[in-house]
Amino acid sequence: MWKWLHPYAKAERAYQLCNTLMPYFAVITVVCLTVGWVWGLAYAPADYQQKDSYRIIFIHVPSAILSMGAYSSMAIAAIIALVWQIRNAELAVISIAPVGAAMTAIALITGAAWGKPMWGAWWVWDARLTSELILLFLYLGVLSLYHAFEDKKSAGRAACILAVVGVINLPIIHFSVEWWNTLHQGATITKFDTSAIDSSMLWPLLINIIAFAGFVGVVTLIRLKNEILQCERHRPWVRELVGRGE
Amino acid sequence: MQFDSLNEFLAMGGYGFYVWLSFGSCAAILLALFVSSLRDASKLRNEVRAQMKREERIKKAKQQEQV
Repeated sequence: MWKWLHPYAKAERAYQLCNTLMPYFAVITVVCLTVGWVWGLAYAPADYQQKDSYRIIFIHVPSAILSMGAYSSMAIAAIIALVWQIRNAELAVISIAPVGAAMTAIALITGAAWGKPMWGAWWVWDARLTSELILLFLYLGVLSLYHAFEDKKSAGRAACILAVVGVINLPIIHFSVEWWNTLHQGATITKFDTSAIDSSMLWPLLINIIAFAGFVGVVTLIRLKNEILQCERHRPWVRELVGRGE
Repeated sequence: MQFDSLNEFLAMGGYGFYVWLSFGSCAAILLALFVSSLRDASKLRNEVRAQMKREERIKKAKQQEQV
């Protein structure tokens, strides 16, 4: 397996892999995002308690899940970068961070817009909300740490270490609704027994989760390609590529 | 379809402001990130192209000096 995997540590191979994967992610995103939003906004039934305000769930839950999913992938890439000193993994960390930060920002904004009509407040210092806000700061911290160093080698190392240390926040976010008495409700679909949501609402929700995952994939790939080109800009293969007009 | 008219759809049973605020800001953030990533890509290509042209000019100037 290692023999098969190893060529992808080379920048050119990784760049080509990005190009191969991108169309699949793009199609998944466009199809699922369209279907998911139309279904969620217009066709899913209204909630018996929250009426139509609950429709925010169709973007709030996917963005929150992906904010944590993106962080896990970023941390895995950071570990690979630190242990095996693979430059591409470092570039992946820097490519995922802004996308994850966007997901976290969406989760927080939609959460506030949902909290106002349901709880009566845009923001409360509740365990779930606060730990999610810390996640946003972790993403921004990784990014600003990377850009604070002139020497990109130490920049990458510092950003990766922060990304790995920040993993401690993920279980805190996930279990915050169980460990503390919070205003935020408990898990809806990740319970191991029967799901607490009706299938007429579950399906559009799942489709939206896939759509958001696809979006994270597409934009991460675009950004990773940019980072690889930036890093290898003096190499002949990049010049050939740009010369061809690609 | 859960709504009978466009007005009802926009009103979202009285929660229109909150629902459209959420979906609007979500769409804006997704679009901004996507567009800025693509813009970075074309900017980078232009930079590499400019660098290549510059090196070409330097090479030519050096050749003329030798003549």
